[in-house]
Parts: sequence; C-alpha cells; structure tokens
Amino acid sequence: MTTTLPEQRRPQKSAPRERQPVSSRPRRRLNWLGGGAGWLWLIVVAVPLYWSFITSFKQQSNYYDSNPLVPSGDPTLDNYRMVVESDFLRYFLNSVVVTAGAVIPAVLVSFMAAYAIVRGWRMRFLRAVNGLFLMGLAIPLQATIIPIYLIIIKLHLYDNLLALILPSIAFAIPLSVLVLANFIRDVPKELFDSMRVDGATEWTTLWRLAAPLTRPAIVTVSIFNALTIWNGFLLPLVLTQSPEQRTLPLALWNFQGQYGVNVPAVLAAVVLTTLPVLILYAFGRRQLLSGLTAGFSR
Amino acid sequence: MSAVTSRPPRHEQRNVLPWLVMPALLMFLGFAVLPLVGVFALSFTTWDGIGAIHATGLTSWRKVLSDPGLPHALWVTFLVMAVSWAVQTPASILIGVFLAGRQRYRAVLGVVYFIPLMLSSAAIAIAYKALLNPNFGLGAGLDIDLLSQDWLGRPGLAFGVIIFVVSWQFVPFHSLIYQGGVQQIPKSLYEAAQLDGAGRVRQFFSITLPQLKYTIITSSTLMVVGSLTFFDLIFVLTEGGPGDATRVLALDMYKRGFQASLMGPASVIAVILVLVGLLLALLLRRLGGRDAGASQLEGV
Repeated sequence: MTTTLPEQRRPQKSAPRERQPVSSRPRRRLNWLGGGAGWLWLIVVAVPLYWSFITSFKQQSNYYDSNPLVPSGDPTLDNYRMVVESDFLRYFLNSVVVTAGAVIPAVLVSFMAAYAIVRGWRMRFLRAVNGLFLMGLAIPLQATIIPIYLIIIKLHLYDNLLALILPSIAFAIPLSVLVLANFIRDVPKELFDSMRVDGATEWTTLWRLAAPLTRPAIVTVSIFNALTIWNGFLLPLVLTQSPEQRTLPLALWNFQGQYGVNVPAVLAAVVLTTLPVLILYAFGRRQLLSGLTAGFSR
Repeated sequence: MSAVTSRPPRHEQRNVLPWLVMPALLMFLGFAVLPLVGVFALSFTTWDGIGAIHATGLTSWRKVLSDPGLPHALWVTFLVMAVSWAVQTPASILIGVFLAGRQRYRAVLGVVYFIPLMLSSAAIAIAYKALLNPNFGLGAGLDIDLLSQDWLGRPGLAFGVIIFVVSWQFVPFHSLIYQGGVQQIPKSLYEAAQLDGAGRVRQFFSITLPQLKYTIITSSTLMVVGSLTFFDLIFVLTEGGPGDATRVLALDMYKRGFQASLMGPASVIAVILVLVGLLLALLLRRLGGRDAGASQLEGV
C-alpha cells in the first residue's frame, strides 16, 4: 500500500518507521546542546551584570567580607550619593546635549540627502554623492582622529561640546543615508506623481509625503545613532579637557581613575550611567534591536 | 493648460534636488573626507600636537617602519582579530540558532542576552576591571584562587580577558544577525530533510550552515574589520599593557600621537590602519560578501 502511493504524505512519513526514533533522538540531543548553550550564555551575561548591580549597594568598608553573590542585607545608597555629588548630573546633561545636538541634525540632513538621491537618481552628481557616502561607511573614526583634532583646534572649538557634535554628525551620515534611501525607494512612485500633479514642490513632497511614510526608518536610524554617540569615548577623550565638558563615558573613566579602589562606588557609577539606556531598553526593546541591525536587515 | 503650468515647477524641482544633498555632503566632506585626506598629509609631517606643523617628507614613515613596535602592534592586532573571530563565530551561530527557535523562554532569555549591546565599552571595561580586581574583585570575594589571579597584570591572561570581554560585548550583536539569517531559511527545506529522515544535527550541518553562508560572511566582515577599531575597551582595560602585550594598532596610534606628542608617526599608523581595513574588506568581499560596505559598524 505505501509503496503504491508515494506522492501521499502519510505513507511516506510512516514508511521509514525504523528510522523515526533514530531521527528524533539526535533532535532531542541537539536541543539539550542548544538549550545548554543558551543557559550557559545566560549565566555568562547575567553574572557580571548581577554582581555589578548588587555590589553597588554594599558598603566599601565591609563589602568583601560578605559573599559577593549575595545582596547586602543592609543596602546603602551612599555610593550613589557619592557619584551624584561628583557632578554626574552635569555629565549626564552634557551627554544629552551632545547626543541630541548630533542626532537631530544628522538625521535631518541625511533624510534630505536620501530623498534627493532617490528622487534624482538620474543625475550623475547625486549618484556620485551616493557612491561617496557608501565608501564613507568604510572610514574608521579612529584613523581620522588626529586631523579631526587639528581641525577642531583651528576652529577654536577645542574643549567645547560642539567639537564632539560636528564629527559625530559627519560619521552618522553614511549609514543613515543608506538606510533611509532604502526606505524612501519603497514609497510607491504613483504617490510622488500625484503630489507633482497637485503642484507640490519637492520640499513639500519631502515633508508631507516621504517623511510620514518612512517614520519607522527615521526612528530606527535615530536610535542607532543616538546609542553610538551616547556611548562614544574617543571623541570626548581627545577633544575635551576640562571636567565641565565631560560626557558620561569619559566621566566614568575619570571617576574610576580617581576612586578605583572603592569598587562599590565605581560600580554605582557604572550602574547609574547605564540606567538611562537600560530604561529605554525596557520600554523600546524591539525598536532598539531593530535599530542596531538596520544596516543589514535590508 | 494644466500640463503647461506644471512644467515650470518640475524644471525648478530638478535644480532643487542637488541642493537638498548639500548640508549632508558638506558636513561629510568637512569632518570625514577632509580628515581622511588630512591623515595622509600629516603622515609626511612632524608635529607635536600644539606648535607648528613641519613638512618633513618620509621622516615619520622611516621612523615607524624601522620601529619594532609596528610589527608587534600588527601581530597583536592580528591575534585579537583571529582569536576573537574564532571564539565569537561559533558562539554567535549557536545562540542565533537557539534564539530563532519558537519557544517562549528563548525570547525571554534574549531580553537578557542583548543588554550588553546597550552599554558603552567604557562602562563594560570599568565593570570588568572591578570584577577582575585580584584583591577586591569577584574571584577574591569568592575566595577561589583560580579566579583571583592578576588578570590584567600578566600578558597571556590580559589577552584572554580582552577576548572574553570583546565576546561578551559583541556576541549578542552577531547572534542577532544570525537569528535573522536563520529565520529567513525556507521551512520547506527542513520539512524535506525530515521526510528524508535527516536528524537535527544533520539538518544543522547540511541545511542551516550552508544557508547561512552570506550571513556568515557579513558577520565575519563586521567582526574582522571592526576588531581593528577596538579602542575604548582595550584602552580602559589595559591601556595596551602589561608592557605592550595588548597594544593594538589603534592604541599604538593614540599613544604615539596624544601621549608621546608624535603626531607624524601616529598619522603613519592611522594610514596603515585605513589600508589594512580596506584590504580586509576587499578580501572578504572577494569571498562572496554582499554588503561588505557596512563593515565599520561594530567599531563605531
């Protein structure tokens, strides 16, 4: 019976009856392997995070007498008070200024450029600009830091937050244009045509049609850039000097240099500076993660 | 009539588009392209970072190329690149496949996995520096000798720590890429394999891995080229030490330029960094990568 009806699924499935257990046993075994790897990685990721978190509430005087993996029975906020008193509010505001000051213009100009590149693809000039941005993806920020330093000095912007903003905008542009152009390309041509028939200018079409339709991409690109700039370390390290101009990562590094022995206080600083991003992560995890892979998923 | 009146604005629009690209183009030229050209130019000068810049021809190049520090930095950079690739790739594939599964608990674990992606390299390095402290860290607290070594004070150990922390930070990112890759594999392939009686292991090696080819190339390009630009992490963790055991190219450039005030030689290193990066990106593209262009992402 089974051999006469080879096209039917059922006979085929039941035909290799002897092989069935053979094929399901390794499956279960691999699930153990995959599951084991999954739980192992959870431990690898979670233990340092957990330890940092609970240690930041312990007292410096007695924290290493206690079991390092057990939360303090007498938690203290002294470490956090010490961090806040070390001017971290100011560093936080500096980071906000630099991030917002770079992301908003970067996304704005990138969106305009992406729109022009998609709409004016026939123009050789715009295709050349697109090619330049694509090549720009391969420029490592580190390798250009010395001339950037020179330019910033010449512009009299050394030790000024604007010194961090300007290169951050420039290095955010290539990927932003690439991702945004991909999305603008997906807007149906008929919509552009109907806008044109209505007599709308490119400028109006840009803001009234393209921007609303690609809003998810704009959010994604903004998040990616914000995360990169918020966490940036090299630009503040090289381009600023005075404590008043520190951003969070640099302030953290300085704090560690100053109070390195006071492990709970250093960890309180780590927790406090990562808190804003973690709160965002808790609320917008999907957006954040899709923002991170924006360049590859399409 | 209406066709005639709509023509002038269309003509006008044509001229508007190039202007729309100008702000982005000018910013990019000024703060990315100009510095890139500038670093080539500065490599033929002598400059202490404060005073005047003197054109001195090939002096800086000769100095750097005859310095044993350069082959050492290249070697350490290569080691970090190769070992971190060899550790991260299997781990990322395994976790990516694991996360692509449908069970709810895997998605819950995923929430924790991706936390490191949100943190700055500086924060991660500082937390690990505290954790690995031989006197006050986790190992010392647990009173386990094996764990309370001088992790960052011995060359081999410090190198291992850097590989571990790099993996801790970036495996989540790559498993995210692999998760996406796995989810794009047509289900019918697995169904067909199942009908043929292929087990899970067999399916993994004859379907999943070959189907992930382009994902592997993309992820490897990002890893390899990105590893050239590990700066924050190594700078905070070891500052290139002990001695110069972990002094990669990017760190070598920073130290020569901003600590020893030798901007000329530092620019030479930067040029080498750019060239090595381009070479690697091209090489990996030859292997069949589609979007090697997005290669610097990991380092930014």
